[in-house]
Amino acid sequence: MATRISRAELAARLAADIPDGAVVNLGIGAPTLVADHVPSDREIILHTENGMLRMGPAPDAAHVDPDLINAGKQAVTELPGASYFNQSESFGMMRGGHLDYCVLGGFEVSATGDLANWSTGEPGAIPAVGGAMDLALGAKQVFVMMDLFTKDGRPKLVAHCAYPLTARGSVSRVYTDHAVFEIAPEGVAVVDAFGDTTVAELEGLLGLPLIDRTTPTGG
Amino acid sequence: MIDKVVEDIDAAIADIHDGATVMIGGFGRAGQPVDLIDALLRHGAGDLTIVSNNAGNGDVGLAALLQAGKVRKMICSFPRQNDSWVFDGLYRAGEIELELVPQGNLVERIRAAGAGIPAFYSPTGVGTLLYEGVETREFGGREYVLVEALHADFALIQGYRADRLGNVQYRKTARNFGPPMATAATTTIVQVDEVVPVGDLDAESIPTPGIFVDRVVPVGWREWTPDGRYVGGLVDVNGQPVETGIDPHEGHTKATDHKPSGTEGTR
Repeated sequence: MATRISRAELAARLAADIPDGAVVNLGIGAPTLVADHVPSDREIILHTENGMLRMGPAPDAAHVDPDLINAGKQAVTELPGASYFNQSESFGMMRGGHLDYCVLGGFEVSATGDLANWSTGEPGAIPAVGGAMDLALGAKQVFVMMDLFTKDGRPKLVAHCAYPLTARGSVSRVYTDHAVFEIAPEGVAVVDAFGDTTVAELEGLLGLPLIDRTTPTGG
Repeated sequence: MIDKVVEDIDAAIADIHDGATVMIGGFGRAGQPVDLIDALLRHGAGDLTIVSNNAGNGDVGLAALLQAGKVRKMICSFPRQNDSWVFDGLYRAGEIELELVPQGNLVERIRAAGAGIPAFYSPTGVGTLLYEGVETREFGGREYVLVEALHADFALIQGYRADRLGNVQYRKTARNFGPPMATAATTTIVQVDEVVPVGDLDAESIPTPGIFVDRVVPVGWREWTPDGRYVGGLVDVNGQPVETGIDPHEGHTKATDHKPSGTEGTR
């Protein structure tokens, strides 16, 4: 199972699954890469939870505006048709089920779609949650983008999360460097295994029963 | 005649008392009412409970207030940032209390207080450490946690423009916590770049109607607009402060847009 795809390739693979017209929130970190890979024939509206729809890319250095930032507190731009709104409206968009997709990073995802991505529970760490819990249950589809294994080889797609939970049963799909998984009511399905990766290998490495939904042409 | 404009910023915050609960607007540096916070620091009130999304950036504004030991408790969603060393130090030393609230629940607690709703059920946080032991209830087969409204004695907010009636407009993503916080405090104090004549603000676009505002403090164009500096330094595209950089007069076309003709950038 040597095949691993890069972060950029993974962002492109994920972006391909977001349809034209979708309203999407991209979490801090790797998920922001997805914006660079949206196919040019699709119109996607980006939501940033600090209060904006139709967020544009980073400005050049001469056009940085400290009043115009994203949730990662990086300078961004506004596209024509953008709107600004307060935090209450912004989180109402999530909780109220108006947001189509959100893409989040993850420490762990469980086989039933529990997500842990806000705290490693390390002693001495400053606890911070931000909008993670709201986002994790506030979009119609919650995609998690993460490496399938930790640096020391432990699976991050697990039967039960060991880290403190962000939300229960909220993840729809997990996009990893080895494969794409769907969290279905009947179990975890592999919808895409990259390169020479097989479902049987993944099953062995993760220690989870997996449903094979890969298509022969996929991967 | 109604006139909520208070030119003297120190007078505007003079009744903030020891032990007060103070909401401070802003998300990171955007919308942080730095001049009001500086005035609060000069005023010297202590034992404060601060409600704000973050717990200070760099050494200015809220971070300076924390550094001065004026804050007993922070109620916030995301204290840990790459430039939150002041809070981090106090927290690790056990010198400050922290109530961590998910961002959406935090703002809804504030909104609820302003709208006369004492508590509400939220899906956010169900089954997590932050709501262990909290009352839950099922609606339509889904579980929710009971979350209580959050009221404050004072709210300090940064707006963009206001009139003497207290109508406030904001600028871009600096709006963030301003409108809900303005409704949730006994006394709401808003610093603005500019006070305009009554009737100049578009009545269709008033995110904070004057009924919610007690005092308006004009602080002049914020430092970054005329000279390229902003609350302790210009930020780069990653939100990091930069000490030097592009020629502010040449580079900041946004700043030029922002500044009306004929107004000097001095404060």
